[in-house]
Amino acid sequence: MKFFHLVWGNLKRRKLRTSLTLLSILVAFVLFGFLCAIKQALVGGVALAGADRLVVRHKVSLIQLLPESYQARMERIPGVAAATHQTWFGGIYQDPKNFFMQCPVVPEQFMAMFPEFILPPEQMKAWLATRTGAIVGRKTAERFHWKIGDRVPIMSPIWLRKTWEFDIVGIFDGAKKGTDTTSMFFRYDYFDEARKSQNFGTGQVGWYTIRVKDPAQAADVARRVDEEFANSPAETKTEPEGAFAQGFANQIGNIALIVGGILGAVFFTILLVTGSTMSQAVRERIGELGVLKAIGFTNGQVLALVLAESCLLTVLGGVLGLGLAWLLTARGDPTGGMLPLFFFPVRDVLIGLGISIVLGLITGILPAQQAMRLRVADALRRM
Amino acid sequence: MSNNPAVNGALVRIEGVEKIFHRGSEEIHVLSELSLQVPAGEFLALMGPSGSGKSTLLNLIGGLDRPTKGTVHVAGDRIDTLSDHALAAWRARHIGFVFQLYNLMPVLTAERNVELPLLLTHLSKAERQKHVETALAMVGLSHRAKHYPRTMSGGEQQRVGIARGIVTDPTLLLCDEPTGDLDRKAGDEILNLLQALNREHGKTIIMVTHDPHASARAARTVHLDKGQLTNEPVK
Repeated sequence: MKFFHLVWGNLKRRKLRTSLTLLSILVAFVLFGFLCAIKQALVGGVALAGADRLVVRHKVSLIQLLPESYQARMERIPGVAAATHQTWFGGIYQDPKNFFMQCPVVPEQFMAMFPEFILPPEQMKAWLATRTGAIVGRKTAERFHWKIGDRVPIMSPIWLRKTWEFDIVGIFDGAKKGTDTTSMFFRYDYFDEARKSQNFGTGQVGWYTIRVKDPAQAADVARRVDEEFANSPAETKTEPEGAFAQGFANQIGNIALIVGGILGAVFFTILLVTGSTMSQAVRERIGELGVLKAIGFTNGQVLALVLAESCLLTVLGGVLGLGLAWLLTARGDPTGGMLPLFFFPVRDVLIGLGISIVLGLITGILPAQQAMRLRVADALRRM
Repeated sequence: MSNNPAVNGALVRIEGVEKIFHRGSEEIHVLSELSLQVPAGEFLALMGPSGSGKSTLLNLIGGLDRPTKGTVHVAGDRIDTLSDHALAAWRARHIGFVFQLYNLMPVLTAERNVELPLLLTHLSKAERQKHVETALAMVGLSHRAKHYPRTMSGGEQQRVGIARGIVTDPTLLLCDEPTGDLDRKAGDEILNLLQALNREHGKTIIMVTHDPHASARAARTVHLDKGQLTNEPVK
C-alpha cells in the first residue's frame, strides 16, 4: 500500500489516455455483465433443475400432447415417487407483447413437485377452494399490478380461442434467486372441463414431470418410462429436467459458445488497447524508472510496480463496468417477459473480477519485463 | 557484507579500474587503470572535459555500473562483484544521488518525492513523514512540501533532489553536475547547501562538475582526462 501513491500518480500522468483506456475496459465489462445475464436467462433453468426430476414429453415434439391417463401408469413404474402434468396455455394478457407463461396444473401435485415455488398456506387453501383460481409469480403480479382478488382476462389463441377469466388467489415467491416468478398456474379441472364443452383436446396434457425415488437411478427410470409407452400412439421421450431446459436453450444455439466468442473478441481488443497504453506509459518514463533503480528499487520491485499499475487500470475499469452492469441488470428482464431469469449472477461478477486481474497481468507483463531489464546507467541517460 | 564504512581508512577505494564500452566491434576505453581513494567526510570534486569518464566513474562508485577490470570498495563492501539484487539493496542503504536534471517524479509532490527512498525501508508511515520533514527542513523547503515539481523553480527542484538524496542518511552522497542546469545564484545556493552538509553533518560527497566555480567549493579536486586521473591537487 505504501507504493500506492506512486502507482496512482503514474496512472494520472496522462489523464486523457488513462480515461479512454478505462472507458474501453468499462464498456467491455458492461457488455460482459449483460451477456452473462442473457446467458443466465437462457440456460439458468438448467442449473436450477431438480436433480431428482425427469420430464416426459411426446417423442415427436413438445407440441404433441400426451394422454392424461399416462399419469397413473407412470406412478406404477418402479422408481417413480410422483408424477404431475402441465400444458402450455400460451395466453395473452391485453397485448401479445405482454408475454408470460401460463399452465393448467393439479394444485396439490404441482406444489409438491416444485417446492421452489413458495405459496402461503392460506392462499393454497383459497386456490383449492376456487375453481377459477390462479396463482401468479411475484414478478408478473408486480408487472401488471395484480393483487389477490383481481379477476384477470387471458385470451388463448390455442385453447378454444376465447378469453378466459381467472381469479387471482395467490402470489408465489421463489425459494432461490434464480427461481422463475413470472409464470401463472391455474387449475387443470377448470381448464379440462372447458375443453370438454367444445370437445377439443380433452384428456390431453402437454408434458409430465416425475420425481424419482433415487436420483442415481434416474437414467434407469427414464428408460423404463419410455419402454412403458413404446409402440403406443403417443410414445414418450424422458430426460432429466436439466437436459430438458438445456434442449429449450439449444433451440437458439450454443449459448455458451456464442457468449464466449463475443467476449473473447471484446477482451482480445481490450488486451491490445491496454497493452498499448502500458507500453507507451513505460517507454515515456524510462528515465524515471532508472531513478527508482538508482535509489535502490530492485528489478523485482520495478516489475511489481508496473504490473500493479496495469492491474489497477484493468481492475478499476472492471469494477466500474461490473458495477454498472449490475445496476443495469438489477432492473430485471429488459424484454418484458421473454427472459424471466435475466440477472447478473454473483458467480459471474466474481469471474469478471478475476478476468480483470488476469487482463492486468497479461497486458502489464511485457512492459514490466522491459522496465525490469533496464540498465540503470542507460536509463538515467534517457531522463 | 561488512558494516565497516571504511577500508584502510578510505570510504571509497578504487584499484586498477578499467571500463570498456562496446559499440559494434569497436572498443571504447572510458577508464584505464584508474585508482582513487576517498576518505570518509571528504568533499571531492571530479573535474574533466566531456567524455573524460567522470560520470562513468561516479556510476561505478554508486554501484550503477560494474568495471570491466579492477576492484571497487565502497563503505567496506566490494561492490563490483555484487549481484543486481544485492547491489540495489546496497545502494538503498549507502548511496544518495543528486542528478543534474533533478530527476524528480513529476506525478509526486515534493514530500512524496523525498519519501521515495524511505519506501524501501521498514519505517512506519509516521516515521517516514518525520524523516521527510527533517530532510525538507534541512534544504529550506518545508513550505513547499505539498507542491509538485512543475510549480517549483530549478533551484527548488534541485534542493528537493538533495533532500531525497540525504533522507535515508546515506554513507555517501554522489552529485552529478548538481549545478549544471541552474543559474549562478541558484547554483551557489546548492553549493552552499552541499558544503553545509559536508562541514556541519560530516557527509562524504563526491561531485562531478566541469565548472571550476563549483569545484572550488570542494575540499579536494581530482581531474580526469581520457579515462585517467591526471593529478590530485589538494586544496
